[in-house]
Amino acid sequence: MGPGTSSPSSWGFGDGQAVPWEYAPAPEARDIVKLQARYGLFIGGKEVAPRTGQWFTTIDPSTEEPLAEVARAGLEDVEHAVGTARRAYRRSWGELPGRERAKYLFRIARILQERSREFAVLETLDTGKPIKESRDVDVPLVAAHFWYYAGWADKLEYAFPGRTTRPLGVAAQIIPWNFPLLMLAWKIAPALAAGNTVVLKPASSTPLSALLFADVCRQADLPPGVVNIVTGPGEIGLGLVKHPDVDKVAFTGSTAVGKEIGRAIAGTDKAITLELGGKAANIVFDDAPLDQAVEGIVNGIFFNQGEVCCAGSRLLVQESIAEPLIDKLKDRLATLRVGDPLDKNTDVGAINNAAQLAKIEELIEAGVAEGADLYQPACELPSRGYFVRPTLFTNVAQSHRIAQEEIFGPVLSVLTFRTPDEAVEKANNTPYGLSAGVWTEKGSRILKMVKQLRAGVVWANTFNRFDPTSPFGGYKESGFGREGGLPGLLAYVRLEDR
Amino acid sequence: MSSGVVIRSRSMYDASVTSTLDGIAREQAETRAHELVRAWDGRAVGLGGLLGRIGSVDQVGIEERAASLAKRSIKRESKRWALDLVIRMIDLTTLEGKDTTGKIHALCQKARRPDPSDPTIPSVAAVCVYPARVADAREALAGSGIHVASVATGFPSGQTFLELKLLETRAALDAGADEIDMVIDRGAFLAGDYAAVFDEIVAVKAAAGEAHLKVILETGELGTYDDVRRASILAMAAGADFIKTSTGKVTPAATLPVTLVMLEAIRDFERRTGRAVGMKPAGGIRTSKEAIAYLTVLYETLGPRWMTPDRFRVGASTLLNDVLMQLRKERDGRYSGSDYFTLD
Repeated sequence: MGPGTSSPSSWGFGDGQAVPWEYAPAPEARDIVKLQARYGLFIGGKEVAPRTGQWFTTIDPSTEEPLAEVARAGLEDVEHAVGTARRAYRRSWGELPGRERAKYLFRIARILQERSREFAVLETLDTGKPIKESRDVDVPLVAAHFWYYAGWADKLEYAFPGRTTRPLGVAAQIIPWNFPLLMLAWKIAPALAAGNTVVLKPASSTPLSALLFADVCRQADLPPGVVNIVTGPGEIGLGLVKHPDVDKVAFTGSTAVGKEIGRAIAGTDKAITLELGGKAANIVFDDAPLDQAVEGIVNGIFFNQGEVCCAGSRLLVQESIAEPLIDKLKDRLATLRVGDPLDKNTDVGAINNAAQLAKIEELIEAGVAEGADLYQPACELPSRGYFVRPTLFTNVAQSHRIAQEEIFGPVLSVLTFRTPDEAVEKANNTPYGLSAGVWTEKGSRILKMVKQLRAGVVWANTFNRFDPTSPFGGYKESGFGREGGLPGLLAYVRLEDR
Repeated sequence: MSSGVVIRSRSMYDASVTSTLDGIAREQAETRAHELVRAWDGRAVGLGGLLGRIGSVDQVGIEERAASLAKRSIKRESKRWALDLVIRMIDLTTLEGKDTTGKIHALCQKARRPDPSDPTIPSVAAVCVYPARVADAREALAGSGIHVASVATGFPSGQTFLELKLLETRAALDAGADEIDMVIDRGAFLAGDYAAVFDEIVAVKAAAGEAHLKVILETGELGTYDDVRRASILAMAAGADFIKTSTGKVTPAATLPVTLVMLEAIRDFERRTGRAVGMKPAGGIRTSKEAIAYLTVLYETLGPRWMTPDRFRVGASTLLNDVLMQLRKERDGRYSGSDYFTLD
């Protein structure tokens, strides 16, 4: 047993003896990524210095070491970026035939695949997520999104029968730090396919993969000004969405900021889609395949350290199987490997930033204070970096903070239910409605639950599975509008009669 | 169980005596089996069977889990230890119509000293042969501590009479087998006659007495992971000491997901009944890399208590030389060609 794991109780170390079975540190080589010392803004196809003359540092959350300096844009830079995007929309991109736009998107998709290892390593360095996730999930999905929307670019006439489409114009896109590159793809691919130009603002703790994407745009000979990337604090994001020349706002992030954006653009004719927080219920019925449900629960809450808006953070388990399921879950938690995100054997990496780590720790303390039972495997954490143990709370009441608030970390709250109706009632009893999971062998029950659950995505016998053809988005305080699939395209076009 | 020893020392033709003893042994085995079933259900007999939960397996989920475990890389020192362990876990097998005394003797030499140039290489766990070849293996392995395992009960199809299956089991024991690898009646299982399958295993267990009983499910013929899980639990409840994937005569033989399903069943069975059952994937495991993936799945599912030949075996023939090749590479720092390893 290496560092970062403990042993499940069922392994019975009391009567058994330890065996010399250890996983080798298998770090992915980081030298494939050539980091610049400084990254400027990407405006008009060029890297430009910020007019503020200011820079900030982005760090590797697993070591707290600095990675690079990044431009701290001001409102002047936003003005510059939006103006550039507007000119590119008017002069080239908006009028370009769809089949021509498609060529660029296909080219971008192919380059992303060719440089996938580079992107995976950089994404892991900047976010703290395990390399096995950035390599096997994030980057392949990013390429898939570009392939998918590239396919729509020359078929817009057939996308919405009887209607013709027009692009909206300039899109302001603000993305979070949990899936920086994937959220970039979700935003940029449909916007470009439909003929819009974009100004994208990545999160200030994870700007690097977007800035590497800028290099892909250059490599693909994308006309200058079609994609612009500005980095900096939250205020410039707000300045960006309020800009009068912005026609469309797309935001993924917290519900609080989403509301602020909503207020900021109230009274304008800007189109808007918001993808906000969540507190998803993962519902396990007594006939579910238990061992696979355990894997699904683990994937649901520990994927990306639980920093997933659609994470299955509330486990609703039928009371008759609660005991065996929780036993299995605890055993499984003890085998999770927490540590160096670049190690291919790592299951749980680093929390993205210090503020988030503090929030997670505060909510764990709140859970204990409110009387829920805490379980954490006794794994060793690295001495540096933002790490937290996988955490399980049992005996959680619906009224506890840990059952109500979005924790955005590797913390699972377990509640029980007796009947399907009670499960639905509890699952829906939250201000959020982004996703849900149902585990049962009974197909008819799945279909009935899907109708009753007020969540944008319902997974059946799986969790956290994404596909570019499948729309994603929320109910209630989880936002509105859909990304992915045809509905994702609809968010970037104006429909007109033929 | 003393009656088992008695049976083994009797001639199988002494029908009147055997049948009486058979009755006693059988009764004991049945009692034990029912205890196990009760423990599994946690409820009264009768209703327990009706309400008890075998549980199901999700195909996509189990295959994903197996695939993700196969990606783990282990430390170099662990690898050396693991390869050594793999050899100690091998049931070196030959099950061919053309098997002769000469072939068995050669195989047994290989089993004793897998690599004549390196005395630190351990012997394998057992040699697995047809009943008619048990005496040959017994003779060639005398004094080595290596077990002789005999397939039995109408191997590989199991499509013969129960009386013959029991006779064959006893004959194999009389010839000197330490372990019996029986096949379940897949015909009865797939027809839904689980009681027949159960009773047959109980009867063979009684006939086998003290000998180690491995129950072959032939997962390649069962079709679904749900049925693999059901058959695993059935076999364990009926008294299997080991459950084994395959005969090697049906494709697919052992696979990583099927093995994971059976290991999870073993884990659940131990949790409910306190009884630890061994696992033997057989057929199709040819390389060291594959064998280590099996050990990874074993370690992650059942932990270190199962990392021993007493609880995990690998039924294989070509695997042995690949492991020897890897071990020699670890020793010399370079690979040697296949001509440097004896065929048997």
